[in-house]
Amino acid sequence: MNRLLNLVALIGAVALGTVEFIGELSLFALAGLSHIFRPPYYPRLVGKAFLEIGYFSLPVVALTAVFTGMVLALQSYTGFSRFGAESAIASVVVLSVTRELGPVLAGLMVSGRAGAAMAAELGTMRVTDQIDALTTLSTDPMKYLVAPRLLAATIALPLLVVLADILGVLGGYLVATQKLGFSSGTYLISTFTNLKTMDVASGLIKAAVFGFIIALMGCFNGYRSKGGAQGVGTATTAAVVSASILILALDYILTQVLFVK
Amino acid sequence: MSQPKIRIRGLKKAFGPKVVLDGVDLDVAQGTAMVVIGGSGTGKSVLIKSILGLVTPDSGVIEIDGEDVLKAPPQRARQLRAQIGMLFQNGALFDSLPVWENVCFGLLAQRRLNRRAARDKAVQVLAQVGLGADVAGLSPSELSGGMQKRVGLARAIASEPAIMFFDEPTTGLDPIMGAVIDELIVDCVKRLGSTSIAITHDMASAQRIGDNAAMLYQGRVSWTGPAAELMTCADPVVDQFTHGRAQGPIQMALRK
Repeated sequence: MNRLLNLVALIGAVALGTVEFIGELSLFALAGLSHIFRPPYYPRLVGKAFLEIGYFSLPVVALTAVFTGMVLALQSYTGFSRFGAESAIASVVVLSVTRELGPVLAGLMVSGRAGAAMAAELGTMRVTDQIDALTTLSTDPMKYLVAPRLLAATIALPLLVVLADILGVLGGYLVATQKLGFSSGTYLISTFTNLKTMDVASGLIKAAVFGFIIALMGCFNGYRSKGGAQGVGTATTAAVVSASILILALDYILTQVLFVK
Repeated sequence: MSQPKIRIRGLKKAFGPKVVLDGVDLDVAQGTAMVVIGGSGTGKSVLIKSILGLVTPDSGVIEIDGEDVLKAPPQRARQLRAQIGMLFQNGALFDSLPVWENVCFGLLAQRRLNRRAARDKAVQVLAQVGLGADVAGLSPSELSGGMQKRVGLARAIASEPAIMFFDEPTTGLDPIMGAVIDELIVDCVKRLGSTSIAITHDMASAQRIGDNAAMLYQGRVSWTGPAAELMTCADPVVDQFTHGRAQGPIQMALRK
């Protein structure tokens, strides 16, 4: 009987903890969002965060996109050649990259780089009293630390995805024309014939949502970290893991909303 | 007696089952320096964080100039708390900003100065704590512990606050640098005519910077009196704490 009660208590505690976490996260997100639109504004901080998230993530996103496009072309060829459907490779590459792989892979890469950095920076500020110091200096930490990062990441990720789309398609093009023997003109015509505005737009919408999620999880976990160096490490790991899972889950939901009629 | 600058009544705060503050009463008169002493974990930091609004007390009254900050509308509470300058235990300087921007952060945040004027002001304030203009452009990580404390003090006094809090200002410093920081604190507080509260475990420091002292014990203020009498006080709790004796009522309490 005691074991059963303990089990029920454990399930209850987990359920309450989950509800509390979701509530805290929702309130944090709403507060961060509202501070984006309310003065005072910190354009210098938005610019700095934009450089950190966008500019300094360019190499890793570019490399990921190029190699993904190349691998996609190779693998598609392997599969499609069995059915004589090689002509579909260009369409598969461009649609996969613009709709899914561009935003998801860029999101995961930026989460690992910039999301972790945000959590570590805010976590260190929390455990060294710097966030408390901000409050005593008449500055709202949500407005000063969180809102600029949310805004910068929401803008930066779609721009990174534009680059990832171009480089991903370029990677596929290079493999198709240089290794698989496709004609350059035919491949490009096939690529652009099958590409619709909505394919690119949906990827950019996803990217904006993923950017917001990366910054939100980075800031949220860093902001409430405690317990010194170990706490900061835990917050950093939690930021990357939670953002990555949310990106994958939201990718499915957004695909359902944007494409399934 | 005239109205105290800071008046605290029945302040209570618990973290889960752990009661940290259990009805703190404290008055700090205008223009005086109060030193709060007490063992680790007795709620000294929670007390000043409650006044600063960094911790929300469970109940009680915190008045600044006769106005209860806990009942005041948020905007008014922020105005009341804006007159408080704070020196954190570890300095809490912003790593990402140079020293001058740390010093004038509050003035820049309140749009009271532009960046050029803020830099000039920072150099002036740094001079008041014995630091040269060459320090202004450095990063906090390039400074020694003593210099970081001075920059933290410069940041606390830059807006010429009416109230100043010092959280263990000499912790981690050698005795000479501790005395230097104490002298700077006394000098700054007197020059600005501020009311101050300092938390310290350092009895020499407590007597240098405090006019009055309060002993925090078991969540309450168990004794108040002149800081100069700390070492000769007959109260058994204060006597044991100030002389660092292993035997006494504090030890007994810990054994329970």
